[in-house]
Amino acid sequence: MSHVSVPKTYKLFIGGAFPRSESGRVYEVTTPKGVFLANAAQASRKDARDAVVAARAAVSGWAGATAYNRGQVLYRVAEVLEGRRAQFEDEIVRQEGVSASAARAQVDEAIDRWVWYAGWTDKYTQVGGNANPVSGPYFNLSVPEPTGVVAVVAPQDSSLLGLVSAIAPALVPGNTVVVIASEAYPLSAITLAEVLATSDLPKGVVNVLTGSAAEMAPWLAAHADVNALDLVGASALDWVDLEIEAAQTLKRVLPPEEGPDAAAPALARITAFTELKTVWHTKSLL
Amino acid sequence: MSFLEYAPAPESTAILNLKPEYGLFIGGEFVAGGGESFSTISPATEKPIARIANADSGDVDRAVAAARRAYDKTWSKLSGRDRGKYLFRIARLVQERARELAVAESLDNGKPIKESRDVDVPLVAAWFFYYAGWADKLDHAGLGANPRSLGVAAQVIPWNFPLLMLAWKIAPALAAGNTVVLKPAEQTPLTALLFAEILQQADLPAGVVNILTGAGDTGRALVNHPDVNKVAFTGSTSVGREIARSTAGSGKKLTLELGGKAANIVFDDAPIDQAVEGIVNGIFFNQGHVCCAGSRLLVQENVHDEVVERLKSRLSTLRVGDPLDKNTDVGAINSAEQLARIRELSAVGEDEGAERWSPACELPAEGFWFAPTIFTNVSTSHRIAREEIFGPVLSVLTFRTPAEAIAKANNTPYGLSAGIWSDKGSKVLAVADKLRAGVIWANTFNRFDPASPFGGFKESGYGREGGRHGLAAYLKGSK
Repeated sequence: MSHVSVPKTYKLFIGGAFPRSESGRVYEVTTPKGVFLANAAQASRKDARDAVVAARAAVSGWAGATAYNRGQVLYRVAEVLEGRRAQFEDEIVRQEGVSASAARAQVDEAIDRWVWYAGWTDKYTQVGGNANPVSGPYFNLSVPEPTGVVAVVAPQDSSLLGLVSAIAPALVPGNTVVVIASEAYPLSAITLAEVLATSDLPKGVVNVLTGSAAEMAPWLAAHADVNALDLVGASALDWVDLEIEAAQTLKRVLPPEEGPDAAAPALARITAFTELKTVWHTKSLL
Repeated sequence: MSFLEYAPAPESTAILNLKPEYGLFIGGEFVAGGGESFSTISPATEKPIARIANADSGDVDRAVAAARRAYDKTWSKLSGRDRGKYLFRIARLVQERARELAVAESLDNGKPIKESRDVDVPLVAAWFFYYAGWADKLDHAGLGANPRSLGVAAQVIPWNFPLLMLAWKIAPALAAGNTVVLKPAEQTPLTALLFAEILQQADLPAGVVNILTGAGDTGRALVNHPDVNKVAFTGSTSVGREIARSTAGSGKKLTLELGGKAANIVFDDAPIDQAVEGIVNGIFFNQGHVCCAGSRLLVQENVHDEVVERLKSRLSTLRVGDPLDKNTDVGAINSAEQLARIRELSAVGEDEGAERWSPACELPAEGFWFAPTIFTNVSTSHRIAREEIFGPVLSVLTFRTPAEAIAKANNTPYGLSAGIWSDKGSKVLAVADKLRAGVIWANTFNRFDPASPFGGFKESGYGREGGRHGLAAYLKGSK
């Protein structure tokens, strides 16, 4: 007797929970040939704001964790990703319509990037900061610190790798993230959220919204409790308008990138969402 | 006189050899401006010092074209070693003409000569000397091997540290290999024009630095010019926002150094006498016209009365008056407009219920003056605790626990600087970790050094000036 499958309900990921959109809306996710795959939640402005609240609440814990601890948690994400690679490969094939080997390569690279970024948590401070030889009796040290809440428009033409490439570097220094997933390929994002939910990542550190980036991005760009905006996947949106919105609260903004090298692994993606803090302390004159 | 009698000790202006009028500095020459020229006045006397050219949009086009030409033909082709030698020359010329520059600065800006002579101008020379050495070491700036310059940098600076802000902008830009069009503030153009003469003496290739005097329209035309690759601005948060909007999508690299409302936190275990000196330096240095000024004093409740009493006693010894007098501690407010704003916000402070106090001091009849002022009984919701006053006005608030101090300190959209006073090192470091500000001074305040990065979190802007990180604002990694 054949097994009747139990399809997954793809919901949002906010504050460590998997709620439906408060709006009650869903949209159809299909294969490139139009075959129905799932009804994904179509997140609303309210969902985006709830996600920012959850992300803000998570900042002090995540930023305050030791770098070693953040590194281990991020490495564990890679471990759990590896364990669920079959599910990711299957979803990539179905959403993107690519071959199994292309899907496998994408998952391989996604896992490797998590590992690469996990290793940066206790090193970016050394590479990005330094002592300053000021002219006077002062101990003077510059150290990069996390910016706070980072809103991300994930690459739209990649289901898993683009998403991972955008959120992992923001997490390294201790930022929390609200990410708008690829509108056409949202399933991998929610499955990744399941990985994050079971990888010791504190709730609210990553919040995943699915639905219309054009609808949600302006609210995040204008939100006064968002510190930075990564527009890496926003090239098809009116992204200059988003940057103009972001200027109202002087958010740090990364521009759109296109092509296969979008959000390529780089230290600059980590430091883009850090703030350099310089502390002067007097030394006694002995 | 309430403290000690001092005979007047004015620094002579004989060292100045000012021209009655100054043109724009474009392509290595002084040229007439297209707009109506204006007078720069001394805020201490309201007397005009010189007529200053006003750059219109055609002048902006010519200056950007001169900078582009110099970038393409000369500066980008020069070795880092040679660029550095020009910067070293500039540093030396600034040192040689230091007294003249200090006198001009105090005359035009209103700041005490002891500050322009001992802080501003020495730091200007130090800034050029520091970045001169970087010009041939850019591989070590943190952007990987062979970082590239950006091109033409448009730089707009404020009136509070006219020559120092010029140095903060020009030195790293040139070291990194960019050419520059700089607009000084319309209130304080004088030292930038003397600096242009220094560039002629240094034989800096024509067009590498261009200086356009003018007001907001000139600045707007400059930062929005399509052939500019980099915009660096120091000034108000509202203008910073406008620039961020207008450059959005342009691909211009932008750094902003904007306003602040710094908390200066005094714990009960602080060395109180030193803290009082630091509080005074924090808010009355440069008449409080400092973006990182310690304008919110947070005092632990159990030492509040003692700190305020000693502070009042110390303020009674400050000498307010002639900026050129070597004994002056607090000079003139920079402009009538700024004075009006300080008066307005101070009146609001009283209306909202804070207690206002100033020492008895005679203010000169001419010019723009405001006595050092303390507000006690201030609450976090008062406008004088939230808005940047940019004047010699201190708001005093209290706290009981370190957590409360941190929460109050961070309760602002700004994040430029903060101060911590305590003899307990572990407490200082723990509090410094939690403060959301780019520069934190522990048991000191308002220290600046070319080796030390300066810049803000949150709405105080982005990018850093000073140190290795200050170079990154003018470079891109090579791919």
